Amino acid sequence: MKARVLIRPKEGILDPQGQAVERALPALGFEGVSGVKVGRMVELEVGDTDRVHEMCERLLANPLIEDYEVLVVE
Amino acid sequence: MRFGVVRFPGSCDEVDALLACRRFADAELLWHGDRDLGGVDVVVIPGGFSYGDYLRVGAIARFSPVMDAVSEFALAGGPVLGICNGFQVLCEAGLLPGALLPNAGRRFVFRQVEVEVVNADTPFTRSCTAGDVLSIPVKHGAGRYYAPEESLRELDAHGQIILRYRDGHNPNGSAREIAGVCNSDKNVMGLMPHPEHAVDPLTGPAGGACLFDSLVAHVGQLVAAA
Repeated sequence: MKARVLIRPKEGILDPQGQAVERALPALGFEGVSGVKVGRMVELEVGDTDRVHEMCERLLANPLIEDYEVLVVE
Repeated sequence: MRFGVVRFPGSCDEVDALLACRRFADAELLWHGDRDLGGVDVVVIPGGFSYGDYLRVGAIARFSPVMDAVSEFALAGGPVLGICNGFQVLCEAGLLPGALLPNAGRRFVFRQVEVEVVNADTPFTRSCTAGDVLSIPVKHGAGRYYAPEESLRELDAHGQIILRYRDGHNPNGSAREIAGVCNSDKNVMGLMPHPEHAVDPLTGPAGGACLFDSLVAHVGQLVAAA
């Protein structure tokens, strides 16, 4: 099975990368964009997806500073 | 009295740390695959980019074999000093509270900063006096100290904030100007500035010397008491 883990900075934590992207968009004519956050995506081939949450808690994300969601894609 | 400096793949300041330690006591390098610490009295986790800083800074290094030994050593009260990437590793390992985030200004910073000794009653600062100002260089891309507000209040109340950037010297947007913190038992410390680059007056201010000096005095006292 394939799982995708989406990891993003927690709400309320300054995301300088997101800010940089948000400020760059108007320069290309994309007005009115706000709340940009840049995170990362981890794709995994796994036998079953039961343990993916534990992987997130222990390694893939740092729950103190990041939120994550697990998507089963196929 | 012997320091042990851990070398991970991707460490880059371990030799400077080793040479700095040797100005004050014996010192040797430990390898990330070591499962024991060879009887050293103090462990130093140096700066660099351990395991390429993949995933998150410090995230992979915490799972290296030597970190089990370091955790055990720390839980038994052994002094552990994490510098820069070492600070990040200790936070990821749960030996220190909080986390280090990318600098607020988005840029890698490398400059001399002034930090103030907030708590001089620790194994790392006992040769200093509270209020002392130390001039030490920083060089990092992810040094913005973060902890939830409640943890920050606790750190403050329990004297765990050891070093603060002076006004105008916070290079990365760290919460409460925190440059260095310790655990509640005060035997594990992490800091973003590099004391190992600031021990020789030949190359600049020697603001880092008092940390090594403090550790030697601390271990000396433990040995005398034993």
